[in-house]
Amino acid sequence: MEKTVKILNESGLHARPASVFVKTASQFKSDIKIKFNGNILNAKSIMNLMSLGLKKDDEIKLIIDGPDAEEAMEALVKLIESKFNEA
Amino acid sequence: MKIGTGASPGIAFGKALVIKNEELVIEKKSVENIEEEKNRFEKAVEESKAQLLNIKEKAAKELDEGKSAIFDAHIMILEDPELISSTLNKIESEGVNAEYAFKEIIEQFIAIFEAMDNEYMRERASDLRDVSGRVFRNLMGIKVIDLSVLDEEVILVADDLTPSETVNMDKEKVLGFLTNIGGRTSHTAIMARTLEIPAVVGLKDITEVLKEGDIVAFNGETGEVIINPSEEEMNHYKELKNKHEKEKKELQNLKGKPSITKDGYKVEIVGNIGTPNDIEGLIKNDTEGVGLYRTEFIYMDRDTLPTEEEQFEAYKKVLQAMNPKPVVIRTLDIGGDKEVSYLNIDKEMNPFLGYRAIRLCLDKAEIFKVQLRALLRASIYGNLKIMFPMISSLEELLEAKKILEEAKRELDNEGVKYASNIEVGMMIEVPSAAIISDILAKEVDFFSIGTNDLIQYTTAVDRMNQKIRHLYNPFNPAVIRLIKMVIDNGHKEGIWVGMCGEMAGDKRMIPILLGLGLDEFSMSPISILPARKLIRSLNSKEMKKLSDEILKMNTAEEIEKFIENYFK
Repeated sequence: MEKTVKILNESGLHARPASVFVKTASQFKSDIKIKFNGNILNAKSIMNLMSLGLKKDDEIKLIIDGPDAEEAMEALVKLIESKFNEA
Repeated sequence: MKIGTGASPGIAFGKALVIKNEELVIEKKSVENIEEEKNRFEKAVEESKAQLLNIKEKAAKELDEGKSAIFDAHIMILEDPELISSTLNKIESEGVNAEYAFKEIIEQFIAIFEAMDNEYMRERASDLRDVSGRVFRNLMGIKVIDLSVLDEEVILVADDLTPSETVNMDKEKVLGFLTNIGGRTSHTAIMARTLEIPAVVGLKDITEVLKEGDIVAFNGETGEVIINPSEEEMNHYKELKNKHEKEKKELQNLKGKPSITKDGYKVEIVGNIGTPNDIEGLIKNDTEGVGLYRTEFIYMDRDTLPTEEEQFEAYKKVLQAMNPKPVVIRTLDIGGDKEVSYLNIDKEMNPFLGYRAIRLCLDKAEIFKVQLRALLRASIYGNLKIMFPMISSLEELLEAKKILEEAKRELDNEGVKYASNIEVGMMIEVPSAAIISDILAKEVDFFSIGTNDLIQYTTAVDRMNQKIRHLYNPFNPAVIRLIKMVIDNGHKEGIWVGMCGEMAGDKRMIPILLGLGLDEFSMSPISILPARKLIRSLNSKEMKKLSDEILKMNTAEEIEKFIENYFK
């Protein structure tokens, strides 16, 4: 399954939110990928995530495949929409 | 024997721990046994992870969560599936050694981060270097020195110590610091005095001269350093140490006594702090208040702005601990040598003359106001005085005061309480402010002279530049005249004038400052009781005469000699 979401954090996806994202993603068995600017990358890799240099208002596509894809999608979308629980 | 700058008093001797950030040489080799090489890599990663976990646990206990989070990020890098599998693949497909394979992979990522148009992300490259350096060392069997987990008592020897090194180090095990660079006002020196650890800085090549495990003895007052001392020399240092400890004990008798001259003139001796944890040292030294709380540390070593709530808690803690003694809190002073990466401030040619302190705060009023709100809310817990840094014109002062009023109106509308009698003052550290201090004095409740920057700006000397450090001299007649001018202008408008630079704790300077009429002396905690002892031995009228004499002198050398002879 796929879904497009927008980064809402003021300072983009810096280390803290990126690590929260990876931690959450790693809890699921499914294969989780991010598509941004034509690149498709493993979303369970902090290095991949940070190397994208995602800024506020950037749109990314989450591509999730596997036994718990639905739960994973729900959890990750919620995380991004809540600005990773940052002020 | 070597001589450096005595930066923090006290005698120390012990084993040297030399910290060198030497470049690791990584060669490409082909390997026969691929499986073994892969195991070697995985083992080094596991070892690195275990070390980081250990540091993280320690950091979580001793530091706040924000600071231990950095180690979490480092551990996560080591758990990165992409990084690990790419390295393993490279070892296998190219038949190369683990060091080389890992280096190739990590450098691809470093290159990506460094090419980003965002200061914050560029700095992440240094995280990668940090983490990969640990893995390389573990792979190559080179000892990884973790200052946060030391096995024995040591004297730290380094080029310079960074704030993160001093924050994370095991303070129980560190007997002293010796560094190649720096002066009395460099970070290492200020940190050493705050922690009451003896230190000598500016030794130029001490990291080259000392070998791991050498015994070294030094005097943090005179700057003398002896490498592998003879038994005789060692005994001398032991004696000195005993004497120093005895003097320290005698100073304890001054606790609870006022800082008053022989002829009954009273001044205030207060302390400088950087974090709420520093209050402990201040209370131990019987401070009469806080003369400078540098709030920028709340903003440093993290990746987002501190919230109003976080700041409120920090200020409240200091105010409560000191109540009813006064606490002067300086608003954010970043820029210059203190960088905050997440604000994405462009690199400047002259950061000390650039976008810093109040200039940044007036430009980013939304950030400034968060701090002012936190300060106002905390004001009901003690005796708060708010101080603006780096003011260079009346307009800036009025603008800062206007934003403070706005913050008050906001709190009024929200029905939030704050103290009604908060004094508002400013630092005098820019020559232009000193020169128009008669105008500025009408708009504030106090001045505090920041001599570290005032000397630097007045004499156009970068205080970190070794080549011209001799020109950075607090006895420069221009500096002393400016100080007199500020004190006189302040007193004419009926406001008090303090000083929070290193000069205020300098025992050769205190008599002059007393003579010039300074009301408040703010210094490192360690200097408070010695300063009180000195003040109690002086006569204010005599010091007035002494400072009148000094104001007639032509050179710094003349003044220094005069003071030396006067107190012989």
